[in-house]
Amino acid sequence: MTRMSMVKALNSGLRLALEDDPKVVLMGEDIGRLGGVFRVTEGLQKDFGEGRVMDTPLAESAIVGTAIGLTFRGFRPVVEIQFDGFVYPAYDQIVSQVAKLHFRSRGRVRMPIVIRIPYGGGIGAVEHHSESPEAQFALTAGLKVVSCADPNDAHWMIQQAIASDDPVVFMEPKRRYWETGEVDLAGPAAPLWSARIVRPGRDATLVTYGPMVKTCLDSARAAEADGLDLEVIDLRTLSPLDLAPVVESVRRTGHAVVVHEAARTLGLGAEVAARIGEECFYSLESPVQRVTGYDMPYPPSRTEHDFLPGLDRILDAVDRARAY
Amino acid sequence: MNSSTAPTPDAPLVQLLTPTGQRVTDPHVAFDGDRSEIEALYRDLVMTRRVDTEAYALQRHGELGLWPPALGQEAAQVGSARALRAHDFAFPTYRDHGVAWCRGVDPSLLLGIFRGSDLGGWDPADHGIALPNIIIGAQTLHATGYAMGLALEGLVGSGDPDRDSAVIAYFGDGATSQGDVSEALDWAAVHQSPVVFFCENNQYAISVPVASQTRVPIVQRAAGFGLPGVRVDGNDVLACLAVTRAALQRARDGEGPTLIEAVTYRMGAHTTSDDPSRYRDASEVDAWQAKDPLERVRLLLVAEGTSDDFFADLAADADALGVHLRAACQQIPEPDLAELFDHVFVESTVENRQQQAEHVAWRDAMEGSVVAS
Repeated sequence: MTRMSMVKALNSGLRLALEDDPKVVLMGEDIGRLGGVFRVTEGLQKDFGEGRVMDTPLAESAIVGTAIGLTFRGFRPVVEIQFDGFVYPAYDQIVSQVAKLHFRSRGRVRMPIVIRIPYGGGIGAVEHHSESPEAQFALTAGLKVVSCADPNDAHWMIQQAIASDDPVVFMEPKRRYWETGEVDLAGPAAPLWSARIVRPGRDATLVTYGPMVKTCLDSARAAEADGLDLEVIDLRTLSPLDLAPVVESVRRTGHAVVVHEAARTLGLGAEVAARIGEECFYSLESPVQRVTGYDMPYPPSRTEHDFLPGLDRILDAVDRARAY
Repeated sequence: MNSSTAPTPDAPLVQLLTPTGQRVTDPHVAFDGDRSEIEALYRDLVMTRRVDTEAYALQRHGELGLWPPALGQEAAQVGSARALRAHDFAFPTYRDHGVAWCRGVDPSLLLGIFRGSDLGGWDPADHGIALPNIIIGAQTLHATGYAMGLALEGLVGSGDPDRDSAVIAYFGDGATSQGDVSEALDWAAVHQSPVVFFCENNQYAISVPVASQTRVPIVQRAAGFGLPGVRVDGNDVLACLAVTRAALQRARDGEGPTLIEAVTYRMGAHTTSDDPSRYRDASEVDAWQAKDPLERVRLLLVAEGTSDDFFADLAADADALGVHLRAACQQIPEPDLAELFDHVFVESTVENRQQQAEHVAWRDAMEGSVVAS
């Protein structure tokens, strides 16, 4: 076990991927000499060269569009979108091309592209730097979407995503970048397309992913003082969803609370709640609760503590569920 | 990318005032203002720099979350913005503090975005300047659309100086790589729209030098799209004013768009979160320090006999502006999430109202619990 930040864990995972496969290339704005604005790619250009770790022009659509072309020569591009709110110029290439080419070609063409996106709020950032667009990719057929929540998953999931022959949108919770955790460099890693119970409990199930995993774990710890034993499930993969552990959990606890930063309407929580309703109808003792960002553009950062789900709102939802 | 890919640096450059304060002539463009106009420009430069250094200090003191310094780019911003008339319009980037100053925006209104208190502090219609855009290059299309609107409304080429109008779009060297910017140049040229594209080429997009964005000087893009291009010393406020004035007049006269490349330098970091020592040499910064946009104007004014009192009064005004900014920053009202629900739509929705009520009830309950404890 080695203790490191999520930034370092991603960096070490990317380094291993570059070492393992000469066809892996990294592209993005400021990822070379600067090492990325978050330093996720620090030192990689120095060690692997400007051909494999490329500072690109300032053009997100071009970053993803050229990554598509690289796949036709057998490369496995890993592209960095500098901030969540900057992905939209590339949205057309992602949705109309990356997501569809395998299907259009009846499987003849593969798109082993990883699109890394630092996402989410909580860091006091300016506009366009705190968004949670994961559902916009998760609802796009042909894309897979995952989100790591801690350094160990960051280290392993990035390598697994790069190894995948399908395109993966890799959501990195930037507010957790600098938090440290134990990374098991020897492995084995958990399967990429799997959810995981990160805290077992009996009284209610918190279903979450990415930046909110830690918030939910903190909530569960706080609830212990009230004698409540909360289970926390980290979805890890957002598309496809792995809901088997969620269904099993909710059948035991009878209560489910879904937590994410993204807006409520048509967020991941809507799909999770629907599936729980389908699979756990006779076990549910209360309607599935959602604790989410509100349906508004991301607000000025001095209001984000009110906008983002926090411990109190999560525990209030648990109380509402249990009192139903 | 490395320096061997650098674009040819020898495209003609309009300069009317050298770094040592000497007036020089250009075959195509002249600055015909008198000393008082130069003094007014110098005042804008000094005040813009004070806004910038004061905001930078406020960030360092924790009053702002972030600040993108305009240091070194004051002449490009002031010269171009002072070429605008009151009924013209500007679409700025997040770094164009000097443009906002020249449009009469109280500089304290620039701070809210970077304090996290608001997403833009003024009504664009009040000052003829849109809210700063953080999405790189997007505003060039907005300016093009605005220009189309002017043309549709018959506000171009009438010959009436109180009626004819134009618009200016600000963007950086990095933005020229974005598709939006190429689309704007193309569209405006096709429609002969009354828009001036003012590129502040400050040599860097965060860490990436302009040589990694383009093989040719940015000004040469213009020819391919079919509009005139002018390259100007972006640290020369007289030249920036003169070329922008001419380009805006062309636009107002119905003769179409112009691309201006103002060659300048970002003396500071990309933002206060950036560390430029990781990607550029101090010697490069020193070389540009010698081309400071303020010092050359000061030298000119001293040589032309501007009084010591002018400089003393200006220094006092700048100090007063600093005091104003420091005080105003701390008086920016704390934003209220509950109120922000009112601004998601013109015509609110049931869901919007429900979420607002939910938030208000929650907030009130929490305040009650804080009081109770």
